[in-house]
Amino acid sequence: MRTLAHSFYMTLRHFRNLMRQPLYIAFTLVQPIIWLVLFGQLFKKVVLLPGFGASAYVDFLTPGVVIMTVLFGAGWSGMGIIRDLDLGVMDRFLVSPVSRVALIAGRLIQLALIAVIQSVLIVALGMILGARFPGGARGVGLLILCAVLLAVPIGALSSAMALVARKEETVIAASNFILLPLTFLSSVFMAQNLMPGWIQAVARFNPVEWAVVAGRSALSAHMNWPLVATRIGLLVALTIITAGLATRAFRIYQRSV
Amino acid sequence: MILVETLNSVRHQSSSSSQPELPAIEARNLVKTYRGDVRALDRLSFRVEAGAIFGLLGPNGAGKSTTVKILTTLSRPDSGEARVAGLDVLRDAERVRHAIGCIGQKSGVDSEATGRENLTLQGRVYGLRGTELKRRVAELLERFGLDQAADRVTRTYSGGMQRRLDVAMGLVHHPSVLFMDEPTTGLDPEARADMWKEIARLAREEGITILLTTHYLEEADRLAQRLAIVDRGRVVAEGSPEELKSELRGDTIHMELAQAEDASKAHSVLSRLEELRELVIDTRTLYARADRGATTVPIALATLESAGVKVASVTVARPSLDDVYLRYAGRSFREADQGGSR
Ligand SMILES: Nc1ncnc2c1ncn2[C@@H]1O[C@H](COP(=O)(O)OP(=O)(O)OP(=O)(O)O)[C@@H](O)[C@H]1O
Ligand SMILES: [Mg+2]
Repeated sequence: MRTLAHSFYMTLRHFRNLMRQPLYIAFTLVQPIIWLVLFGQLFKKVVLLPGFGASAYVDFLTPGVVIMTVLFGAGWSGMGIIRDLDLGVMDRFLVSPVSRVALIAGRLIQLALIAVIQSVLIVALGMILGARFPGGARGVGLLILCAVLLAVPIGALSSAMALVARKEETVIAASNFILLPLTFLSSVFMAQNLMPGWIQAVARFNPVEWAVVAGRSALSAHMNWPLVATRIGLLVALTIITAGLATRAFRIYQRSV
Repeated sequence: MILVETLNSVRHQSSSSSQPELPAIEARNLVKTYRGDVRALDRLSFRVEAGAIFGLLGPNGAGKSTTVKILTTLSRPDSGEARVAGLDVLRDAERVRHAIGCIGQKSGVDSEATGRENLTLQGRVYGLRGTELKRRVAELLERFGLDQAADRVTRTYSGGMQRRLDVAMGLVHHPSVLFMDEPTTGLDPEARADMWKEIARLAREEGITILLTTHYLEEADRLAQRLAIVDRGRVVAEGSPEELKSELRGDTIHMELAQAEDASKAHSVLSRLEELRELVIDTRTLYARADRGATTVPIALATLESAGVKVASVTVARPSLDDVYLRYAGRSFREADQGGSR
């Protein structure tokens, strides 16, 4: 009960701070617009490759850009923790009876909300650029679910790392080091069966790939139910594990202060 | 500015919950070692009676913040025990957290939220709800002169306003023990004087036990009923400021030499004078004590002159806490404060 109430208050705090800077969300959309327009034009002909499997590249690209945008947003969420550490806000909460779970949950819920908003806007943008999704509203809903289920564990990992490393530079370096490879070792931009064999092999263990494959399938005319269900299951499992890790990271932090 | 009814209710609450027979804070043999073999606390012990203002005075790196972190359950000692409000900080951390308020060395205010939002969230974390919460928040905003700025984002606050908000946040749940880690560092003299008044008032009128850390000798002297001087993780002296100073008989003489190279020669000739006691040398400054400073200084100067040592300046004064520190830590407070690691 207390954890729930505290999570609610923490979510409120983060959301209110976010609302104070509406430009933030607008900024996070600049990159996806560039990806969609630029890559959409640049790789238009890629669908003509035998075996690509999609009729228009923008149909293929839009869910990829949704997942990528959400991934990067989540990957930077540790910076919020760093800010709270630097301000002394975190220490003040840690000497209060606030639930540790709520300190993480509040952030992750906010991240999930941002992921939903971003996904909806990018899907709309894709449709303006001519994308069509036979999977309909249900498909879009499942894509958003996948996006959220990717944002939350990545955000949890980023937060855990911030608590352990306590340095801005470390979080930046680690995010840069991890996020781009995660993106390019997946089918965000390129159809799975056209990727080199080793990338395909690696991608099977890549949560970004789980999310993008499931989301794309959900948007298609013939959704592959078992595929979508297993990938969502994997993402849920990852969410639980990483949220647990992030909560434990407080202990590591408190041992070092 | 003060609401009389609420004050009464506060006093009522704190008197019914405090246990006068137990010390409000008790630290026993706290040891804390940080990575890289920094021994921040080295068997530090002290106790604080309920309702008192207790000062932890020490230079940079003495271990003040580390002590506060352990007593407020943020950090854990390697060994030793501590009780706050009668509760063990290790075994009963959750209950300790309800009993204490903490104003850290770092601010702890969310700069993107308004003063009112900061206070409200703090109150909610401690279980305050609804009109009770609203009333408490409004009352604290008024008492700390923040009602005008209440709905401004705290990023726009001055240093003094931010510190007052910090204190208000530490008080929102009527704690019985309040920890303040360097509450006036970085404040201008006027804001500092206001903060001193507020701290004294909290102890006097609300019966809150206050542990205050500082490296301002004057602050410790003015505010603390008792204080512990901390140096390199240990308590080197403890008592009321008056007790500590009166233990040093006579006057204090400070002599600054024109040349640091003369220090050891000066020390050796002066140590033969029986009028001077407790002669300590710290780079180019000589500290000594004498029963009657006024008559001893000419003798000391003559001695130095005949040894060929030039003196840049001499002062004679009643003992200050600086001298107390010098006596127990073997170096001057100001030197230690500059030389200490952060
Ligand atoms: N988190 C930490 N990790 C490593 N060393 C630390 C940490 N915190 C403090 N120390 C070291 O422990 C010693 C005591 O530090 P502490 O912060 O308790 O001193 P302080 O008395 O509060 O000093 P100041 O007046 O500068 O605030 C210092 O040598 C400091 O460098
Ligand atoms: Mg300190």
